[in-house]
Amino acid sequence: MNIAKVLDAKGLACPMPIVKTKKAMNELVSGQVLEIHTTDKGSKNDLTAWAKSSGHELLKHEEENAVFKFWIKKG
Amino acid sequence: MTEKKKTTIVLFSGDYDKAMAAYIIANGAAAYDHEVTIFHTFWGLNALRKDEHISVKKGFMEKMFGKMMPRGADKLGLSKMNFAGFGPKMIKDIMKKHNAMSLPQLIEMAQEQEVKLVACTMTMDLLGLQQEELLESIEYAGVAAYLADAEEGNVNLFI
Repeated sequence: MNIAKVLDAKGLACPMPIVKTKKAMNELVSGQVLEIHTTDKGSKNDLTAWAKSSGHELLKHEEENAVFKFWIKKG
Repeated sequence: MTEKKKTTIVLFSGDYDKAMAAYIIANGAAAYDHEVTIFHTFWGLNALRKDEHISVKKGFMEKMFGKMMPRGADKLGLSKMNFAGFGPKMIKDIMKKHNAMSLPQLIEMAQEQEVKLVACTMTMDLLGLQQEELLESIEYAGVAAYLADAEEGNVNLFI
């Protein structure tokens, strides 16, 4: 996977992970992949819903040592 | 892409916690690429007050109102467990611990995300608030302007 940008949103509380993801996504072009790291427990549902509604594709997510990682491809 | 969706929020409450909820939803909706409007009326106007004293010409009642109401977002009280101002201190401490954004930060973030902040002019008159006392770059309007946004709104809230 070709990752265009990595966003560290660890330690941030709602609504910041989504706000930061949106900002980071604005800088990418369609087809590029953004990797996001968060610790907010709501972010799994939040980012999944956000990606779907905003026309992006959530390629993969995983959890590792209480850090959530997401890979979202810009639509 | 399709036309942008719209979110509108009427912020009637002047409570710190309720205003926080309103601004969190507004920031979230902006991240969803919605056009977002927060229409501040009655006590919700206090969230838009500058925190310093602004000298403007006012009548006696307006002056009293100005003194009795919180001057700015950071001074708002809680809707529950306010404990004469001790509650907000406690909650702000806890918020810091959890890395949650404070209300003034949320308002700044909303402005950065181009959320439209509107002050209701009729209730500004009632509470004796003048434009000089409110934050820069906000808009002034009445019920018709709110309804124009709300009738196209996908999410409309009253807080």
